[in-house]
Amino acid sequence: MSEFNLSQALETNRSFVDKVIAESGQDIRQCYQCAKCSGGCPGTFAMDYLPNQIMRMLMLGMKEEVLKSQTIWVCMACNTCTTRCIRDIDVARVMDTLRQEAVKHGYTEKGRLVLIFNDVFLGTVRSYGRLFEAGLLMMNNMRTGNLMKDMQFGLPMMLKGKAKPFPHRIKGRKEIRKIFEETRRREGK
Amino acid sequence: MAKYAFYPGCSLETGGIEYGMSSHAVAEALGIEFLEVPDWNCCGASSAHMTDHLLSLALPARVLALAETLPVNEMVAPCAACHQRFAAVEYELQNEDLRRKVNSLLERPYTGKVRLRSYLDVFANPATLEEIRKKVKRSLKGLKVACYYGCLFVKPPKLVNFVDDPENPQAMDNIMRVLGAEPLPWPYKTECCGASLGMTREDACTKLCNDILKIAKDSGADCIVAACPLCQQNLDMRQITVEKKYGTQYRMPIPFFTQLIGLALGLDPKVLGFKKLFVDPVMVLRKVGAA
Repeated sequence: MSEFNLSQALETNRSFVDKVIAESGQDIRQCYQCAKCSGGCPGTFAMDYLPNQIMRMLMLGMKEEVLKSQTIWVCMACNTCTTRCIRDIDVARVMDTLRQEAVKHGYTEKGRLVLIFNDVFLGTVRSYGRLFEAGLLMMNNMRTGNLMKDMQFGLPMMLKGKAKPFPHRIKGRKEIRKIFEETRRREGK
Repeated sequence: MAKYAFYPGCSLETGGIEYGMSSHAVAEALGIEFLEVPDWNCCGASSAHMTDHLLSLALPARVLALAETLPVNEMVAPCAACHQRFAAVEYELQNEDLRRKVNSLLERPYTGKVRLRSYLDVFANPATLEEIRKKVKRSLKGLKVACYYGCLFVKPPKLVNFVDDPENPQAMDNIMRVLGAEPLPWPYKTECCGASLGMTREDACTKLCNDILKIAKDSGADCIVAACPLCQQNLDMRQITVEKKYGTQYRMPIPFFTQLIGLALGLDPKVLGFKKLFVDPVMVLRKVGAA
């Protein structure tokens, strides 16, 4: 990491820090760096910063470093950090907020695969009301360009009756569509 | 007779079909009534809460509102990931403002009349345990099991509101004891299997699966008992990938806890969906004299 002016960063990015606190409903300033979140996190081996480091960087106003990190996309939302936090901070929830902020600020490069997956997943829910697994696999592979990903599981799944070739459409599809459109509108997307 | 609204979730009709099969068979044998929530939708899973907070509450809130049309007081969701999303609605919509906001998106408002009950607790509560004990026809004596709870049935405890130790839960262990099986003490009961990274970071997911399989094997387990369709599918189906990458040969069957209850109650393994498992469970079946 290059030289970094901490007081300047906090001055410039205070509104960002406040926004993360407001959106997540979590007061990250309560964190006193005991690092239990990182100790229990199953994903640290694939992260660039540990979860407690992300919390500290946030407090210091290091907006870009946090939003550009690999960590926020490796987090599996298993909630071990949240469960163990002795300061009662929902760390997993903070990670959710950071992923959303990263998208808003255009830092999507490291999260590309996660974002495609979420988009395709929710796309099938929006269309049919339920997840369409086979469609998810195919559309995800097409959009990532990784055409053969998990294809070896396709046929055995079909044979065991575990993959349905067609989606199930619920009756309340209009209501589901409204939920998607309204939430998107309110978020200003 | 216990009666619950039943939310299958998308996996119980696809990847975790044997969880649904065994759940219904066992419920019938125990006199538990499951009423499927009419026209239920996907809870949005992790994709929704990673994308938009309001969306992640509105989707499951619609389901809970529909459950309120049924003659029940409680709803269960066998999938741990779904369960956690419903728990989030119950917890967060105590806030009146948020409840109004979510309800403005729904055709039928969520009132909180139907409460969420942990699917594990449906079977692990003292009364049902006693009922199971009375009905065991084929004891699972000699079967050493590693009960795997995954993350979301017990974490975070403030949200899921289920009285069990989030670090060392006992609900499934207690069920297994009643069936005659031997639940092993092992340290990976609630370690994450990485299922949510299966499509996006397979390398990371494979490592986490390997860790769980290895610790279970080293602890002397004949099988890992699952309670979440995503964990089960991950550990069962991806075992081929894990074994190839790490040069191991676990061949560890991953039955659902409901399948083992059914086995002990003397139900036909076919009805319980044992053939749907990827890793052949024949060793487990033979050990209890069911194959």
